[in-house]
Amino acid sequence: MSSDPSSDTSDTDPLIEVRDLSVSFETGPVVSGVDFDVERGSLVGLVGPNGAGKTTVIRAIKGTITPDSGEIRLDGDDAADLSAREVSRRVASVPQATELAFDFRVRHVVEMGRTPHLGRFDGHGPDDERAVREAMDATGVTRFADRSITAVSGGERQRVLLARALAQETPALLLDEPTESLDVNHAVRTGKLIREIADGGRAALAAIHDLDLAARYCDEVVVLAKGGVHAAGPPAEVLTADAVGSAFDAEAFVGRNPATGSPAITAFDALARDDPSDPSEPPVTVPSDDGDTTDEPSVTDRDARRVHVVGTGRTAARIAARLVAAGHELSAGVVPAGDVLAGVVADAGGRVVTAPPFESVVPSTREAAGDLAGEADVTIVVDRDDGSEGTESGRTGSGGAGNKGPDPNEGVIASAERVVHVGADASERQLLDAVRTDGSYGPEPSVDERIE
Amino acid sequence: MSAWVRSAAWSTGLAAMLAVVVVVSAAIGPVRIPPAEVVKAVLNALVVPVGIETGSPSAGSLSVSGVSLAYRSPFAFPVEGVHQQIVVGVRLPRILLAALVGFALAAAGTVMQGFFRNPMADPSIIGVSSGAAVGAVAFIVFPVALSTTVAFPLVGAVDVGLSYGAGVSLFAFVGALIAAFGVYAIATQHGRTPVATLLLAGVAVQTFLGAVISYLQLQAGESLRRIVAWLMGHLSGASWSEVAVTAAVVPPLFILLLVYTRDLNVMLLGEEEAQGLGIEVERTKRILLGASALITAAGVAFAGVIGFVGLIVPHMLRLVVGPDHRVLLPTAALAGSSFLVAADTVARSGTAELPVGIVTAAVGAPFFIYLLMSREVHEL
Repeated sequence: MSSDPSSDTSDTDPLIEVRDLSVSFETGPVVSGVDFDVERGSLVGLVGPNGAGKTTVIRAIKGTITPDSGEIRLDGDDAADLSAREVSRRVASVPQATELAFDFRVRHVVEMGRTPHLGRFDGHGPDDERAVREAMDATGVTRFADRSITAVSGGERQRVLLARALAQETPALLLDEPTESLDVNHAVRTGKLIREIADGGRAALAAIHDLDLAARYCDEVVVLAKGGVHAAGPPAEVLTADAVGSAFDAEAFVGRNPATGSPAITAFDALARDDPSDPSEPPVTVPSDDGDTTDEPSVTDRDARRVHVVGTGRTAARIAARLVAAGHELSAGVVPAGDVLAGVVADAGGRVVTAPPFESVVPSTREAAGDLAGEADVTIVVDRDDGSEGTESGRTGSGGAGNKGPDPNEGVIASAERVVHVGADASERQLLDAVRTDGSYGPEPSVDERIE
Repeated sequence: MSAWVRSAAWSTGLAAMLAVVVVVSAAIGPVRIPPAEVVKAVLNALVVPVGIETGSPSAGSLSVSGVSLAYRSPFAFPVEGVHQQIVVGVRLPRILLAALVGFALAAAGTVMQGFFRNPMADPSIIGVSSGAAVGAVAFIVFPVALSTTVAFPLVGAVDVGLSYGAGVSLFAFVGALIAAFGVYAIATQHGRTPVATLLLAGVAVQTFLGAVISYLQLQAGESLRRIVAWLMGHLSGASWSEVAVTAAVVPPLFILLLVYTRDLNVMLLGEEEAQGLGIEVERTKRILLGASALITAAGVAFAGVIGFVGLIVPHMLRLVVGPDHRVLLPTAALAGSSFLVAADTVARSGTAELPVGIVTAAVGAPFFIYLLMSREVHEL
């Protein structure tokens, strides 16, 4: 490795510091006031909608574009004062896409990662050979090391570029969509590999469009949107439905991935922000964003309601998630404990009344759920997938909390102000319209609507 | 095997091939001389410095201000005097100039193709050849004072006037550099020179200079024939002084380019990647462009515009040795030497001498087409 004295700085400085960074192109500002650190041992995800400036920030850190203002510090030193060679010994980067016209062998491309450590006429020493071998093994590139770079697939090429960056053996790593063209297996392997690199004491900053992957592997997430840092912090705190929704101009539901336990983000088209008071508007999905990005409606502007959901299973969970994404405040019950609907509503921060499955629902539980339904502007009753209603009594696992006695949710529905029955094949548009039909918050006479 | 070892091995082989081509070329001509005789004549002409003398120069010494470099000829093979004179006095300067020009053009072509990541790039792409042509043609049409005496202190009056041939070459050289610098200046904004802009600026400047050349040809009158001969490339009438000047310019620039071959390899990954790997991209580009422009200008100044050498020789060698410039640059340069020496031998061995540019194109293009058809070339 290099013995460049200038890189012997203290271990306390963050490896990458971005201070008040502003970059603009001829067409206008891209990002401004961007501020974050990447500490040793941490993996930071840079997420945000297309064109939010993720790549721009990474390029500014690499030094390939000059910021209008602000500062990049690498391992404590202002990057503007460092030579390209010094920067290349501190930060390695994996580009989003690269032009490799000449048919170098894969091995040769990885070997180029050693350039910052070699003099002009130096051959590769044992250290270089080891670094190249380890990088190729870690990324699974060794198998096709002697093929031409022009003859490998896009995903393989991306891994070759990752191997090249690893062979550079820098304390910090920048990755621009490192999993973009990888298959699921290699995407996860790459995520794990980067995680291990960070755990080994190096620092990694990755622009990632896959929010689930970011949530799963990153210690911290920086959400870039609308020209700056929209939110930053641990994924569980940052990747909320609200933050994701406003950053991406979408309606998002943030649940929990049952397999990994990390936040799982589901985005919906932003139907809820179409003007509901204009019935002449055709019920088609139109982009809600007419370039008016400064005046984003907040969740409360979106005509949010208190909605109580009665039902069970995946259909009810899906409908609940869609309602959460649209900004409605949810409650549910009575739901058998452990049902997916209970999980969705709880993830969204709503109140859920549960009862142990296969047992009679005690009156106090039923009353609690009835109170929630009573408070709600509207109560959604989700039909079961087979078309029967979730409230039908005497069915195993149906609507209520068991198969003993009459369905407890009949009582819950009875306390509701307004009831909408929703079939499994009701469209998102129908669902959202039904919730908002009356256009006001006041209590309404109990109606019994049904949408299919 | 390390790239430099591979490079040295290939270069040794190609240098040996060049030696054979030179000897065979020197044997061919109106007077046939056996190759063995050629080798002896060349060896006889070799001199080695043996020491420094002061005082009055004796025979067998070069003298500058009373200090002489003594030399002697280590070989004295019996060679017919006429043959010795033909080989060393007539054929060898022309052959060596061809070798140097071919070397320079192929080296510059290799660097330009890598630099532009473009298979159609050749040494003339940044306007060097057009600039040289304008300079040369302008001098042919409007020859300026051919003899000027300037009084220097200490030395006294010295005739710094140009011979006609030297004037053409000097104007060509200067024209080449002005054009190249103009293209560079047009394409550079805020200290950055995007390769695509450079390419287009080169095309624009070449087109403009083409118009200038056409206009000068209309004004040329009786010198039109000389213009056409120069534009088609020629090596006839090469002298040892031209060889000496070219030999003083080309090898140092080649070594500079060779020093930057690793950077050039990395630049093939794209400029951002190269910077990420520690290459000072803009500085490297300036050095590569400047050295390529100079080496090309040195090539075309004496020989005129010789097309195709800088375009196809790098391609041929890339098919053989691969894209690593540490190997490609020296091998392509040596192969360019052999190619141009061979082409010029063909050009001068017919009943009427042809401009060598016609031969390189006529021989090179079909061979290139053959390569394209026999090996599928999808990438560079």
